Amino acid sequence: MTAYIARRFGQALLILVGISLVTFVLLYLVPADPARQIAGRSATAETVENIRNQLGLNLPFYEQYGRYVAALARGDLGRSYLQKTQVSELIASRLPASLLLMAGAIVCELLIGLTMGLVAALRRGTWVDSSLMVVSFVGVSAPQFVIGILLLYVFAVQLGWFPIGGYGTFRHLVLPALTLGILGSGWYARMMRSSMLDVLRQDYIRTAHAKGLKGWKVLFGHAVPNAILPIIAMIGIDIGMFMSGIVVVEAVFGWPGIGQLAWQAIQRIDIPIIMGVTLVSACAIVIGNLVADLVAPLIDPRIKLR
Amino acid sequence: MSIEIPLLSVRNLVTTVSTATGPRPVVDDLSFDLAPGETLCIAGESGSGKSMTALSLMQLLPQPMARVASGSAVFKGRDLFTLPKEAMRQVRGNDIAMIFQEPMTSLNPVLTIGRQLIETITAHESTSLSQARQRALELLNQVQIPEAARRLQQYPYELSGGMRQRVMIAMALSQNPDILIADEPTTALDVTVQAQILSLIRKLQAETGTAVIMITHDMGVVAEMANRVLVMKDGRAVEAGPVRDIFAMPQAPYTQALLAAVPRLGEMTGTTMPKRAVRTWEQTAPKEVVDVDNLTVRFPIRSGFFGRVERRVHAVEGIGFKLYRGETLALVGESGCGKSTTGKALLNLVPFTGDVRIAGTHTQGLRSDQMKPVRRDIQMIFQDPFASLDPRMRVGDLVAEPLRIHGLATGSELTDRVAYLFKRVGLSADLLERYPHEFSGGQRQRICIARALSLSPKIIVADESVSALDVSIQAQVLDLLQDIQNETGIAYLFISHDMGVVEQISHRVAVMYLGRFVEVGTRAQVFDNPQHPYTKALIAAVPVPDPERAPKRFSRLTGDIPSSVRPLSYEPPTAIYRDVGDGHLVAELS
Repeated sequence: MTAYIARRFGQALLILVGISLVTFVLLYLVPADPARQIAGRSATAETVENIRNQLGLNLPFYEQYGRYVAALARGDLGRSYLQKTQVSELIASRLPASLLLMAGAIVCELLIGLTMGLVAALRRGTWVDSSLMVVSFVGVSAPQFVIGILLLYVFAVQLGWFPIGGYGTFRHLVLPALTLGILGSGWYARMMRSSMLDVLRQDYIRTAHAKGLKGWKVLFGHAVPNAILPIIAMIGIDIGMFMSGIVVVEAVFGWPGIGQLAWQAIQRIDIPIIMGVTLVSACAIVIGNLVADLVAPLIDPRIKLR
Repeated sequence: MSIEIPLLSVRNLVTTVSTATGPRPVVDDLSFDLAPGETLCIAGESGSGKSMTALSLMQLLPQPMARVASGSAVFKGRDLFTLPKEAMRQVRGNDIAMIFQEPMTSLNPVLTIGRQLIETITAHESTSLSQARQRALELLNQVQIPEAARRLQQYPYELSGGMRQRVMIAMALSQNPDILIADEPTTALDVTVQAQILSLIRKLQAETGTAVIMITHDMGVVAEMANRVLVMKDGRAVEAGPVRDIFAMPQAPYTQALLAAVPRLGEMTGTTMPKRAVRTWEQTAPKEVVDVDNLTVRFPIRSGFFGRVERRVHAVEGIGFKLYRGETLALVGESGCGKSTTGKALLNLVPFTGDVRIAGTHTQGLRSDQMKPVRRDIQMIFQDPFASLDPRMRVGDLVAEPLRIHGLATGSELTDRVAYLFKRVGLSADLLERYPHEFSGGQRQRICIARALSLSPKIIVADESVSALDVSIQAQVLDLLQDIQNETGIAYLFISHDMGVVEQISHRVAVMYLGRFVEVGTRAQVFDNPQHPYTKALIAAVPVPDPERAPKRFSRLTGDIPSSVRPLSYEPPTAIYRDVGDGHLVAELS
């Protein structure tokens, strides 16, 4: 077990180095000049050149990247070009809000998605099944900013049940978490439905009925634990999907998380922040997958971690 | 039995399955009675509706496709088909219990044996958890599972097929049901394990007085278990009566044909050649086509941080044999004994050590392009005719494909050759343009045979090639294989677990156990004078389709075959063979 986790962290380190390299190359190739951004439109060529020298932007690529990785190894994510604060501080102040949003979204998508999938499977081939699948398809295919704005309009503007934006109370959390969760819940509804249909066909379900177990015991004691197995691996992958989702959702709802931080940094080519957010996201995905893999054997004894 | 009041009385049962063209009856106007404590065997081939009958009685038909359309099943004064859902639930498991064919999939993989057993006990009676646990332990002891307390903590995947079927029986018996329905309970098990399970069911039936409805396709099982028999075909009862009458004087033509098709172990005693051996090809000196020496196949099991090889499966361990032109050598043994691996090694489909010569060519270490000419001489037919034909190719193309790959025929020559092959295996050449799903299991196996024959090989490895077929079809395919041999002098390596089939088709027999030959000899030597205890147990375990023979003392083999997974350091002892006369070799007991 310990060896397994150690090996997974070793792999994670390699992944992070790879991601940092790819991101750095992409930012290097972007035809925009961070120094010009910092200096402002009216600055002279000399000022810009000075800033470029100061930040080491005129060094060859490998040297820039070498410096960055060397600092990273010391735990230094660098300083924001524009805000002049440590990137690690900026991320630390924004991360809790994003994690809260993600936790809310996971709860939303599991509650909505699994329930929809379960009901659809049990009512297979009826109008209930077809309408639930249409709803889930809409959830999967509608862009998140559309869903976000729709929810805002109905529940915040028209009904006034929830605040229009901001951060602080549980009521602030509901709409953004729902927006972020609806996409995933569509996927979960479809997965849960097909997984349940598959499990309900299995011989051991027939055995459970043949024993004379009550219907709900067969469902929750035998069918659901088996049907949920493929879903668990999905949750790990989901955290990656959230990372792209929060950039949009935080912008729509004015949620002060790292999604907004990243959005602002991208607009201004604030390379240290972009790098920092990317690496933190990558860490979240790696950890999410690891946790999913660690949970799976608790439910399915046949899975052995090696 | 008609004097007694029946426990269960089924009248005019019709069960239908909905199809694209409307409901189709799978059980049609079926009536029978079951007396307390008796065993009724429902016998029939696949598609006869025997399983559907059982599922109808349990109200467990696959929903929503199948349903009971009409009829009644009166049990203790109540019609099972009109019982409300909740009342029917209380009948299931409590009054009527059921065990199924596949012990591998009939238990929930993510719950412990204990939990599944205990929930069966608590489903119908309110007992405390500790009482239920105690009862679970008793049940496991009753079905003779060793180390019962430890088993309660284990998961199904940790138990062998035979052990799982015992667990299923324990569950079924937990409420002392009046009726136990057993749907092909031993079909998926090895023959020695089958013998253990059948004797267990008989013993428990004697102890508890439970009536048994046993559904089976195996007339040997029928003869050993039944008091009365109901023979079904196409959803209808063909014949019913006491077991002795059915076997001694079958009335219906179908029953007569069915019984005639069943291979009876021992019916070949006193002969030396296979059943249909009439040689038409020119025999010169015995010509050897396969020569195997010290063949060993070991599969590594990797684990740990770097995926190091930590243990190995000793699948085949130093076997040697020769196969001559026009001869059938049968490899017989139970699952995991290495017989299929041996067949694959002959075609160089698994890495092996030792020496294999196919028609004179050493094949060890040959690359696949070097193997190509060798594969003209040796072909294979597999067990599952449904899985071994590509569903997207026309059957004519499937049979033509080997000829195309080897560039042996093109154009009209190819067409003629394929048409000839089809005729040779008893299929009309009109069918060439069809797809595999349009054929029955027996026809598909004929197509597989035609494909294997297309290159005119010297050897065919037939791996359980008739095991998936119904007995009447099986008999036809066996006849076809022997006719082809008589005509062309092809040699067969016939891999099978079925002693009855092996006796009919083989010239020589090799009995495999844990990757080794324990006994090799001519058919007559091995079957009429078995020397090794394992061979004896294997022969003794085969159910004989003759109710007049007193139920045998069942095999001395108890428990399961040991594992062939060994640590890296394990070097197996060399096998020593004793010649008991005329080349009849028996492994010394170590």
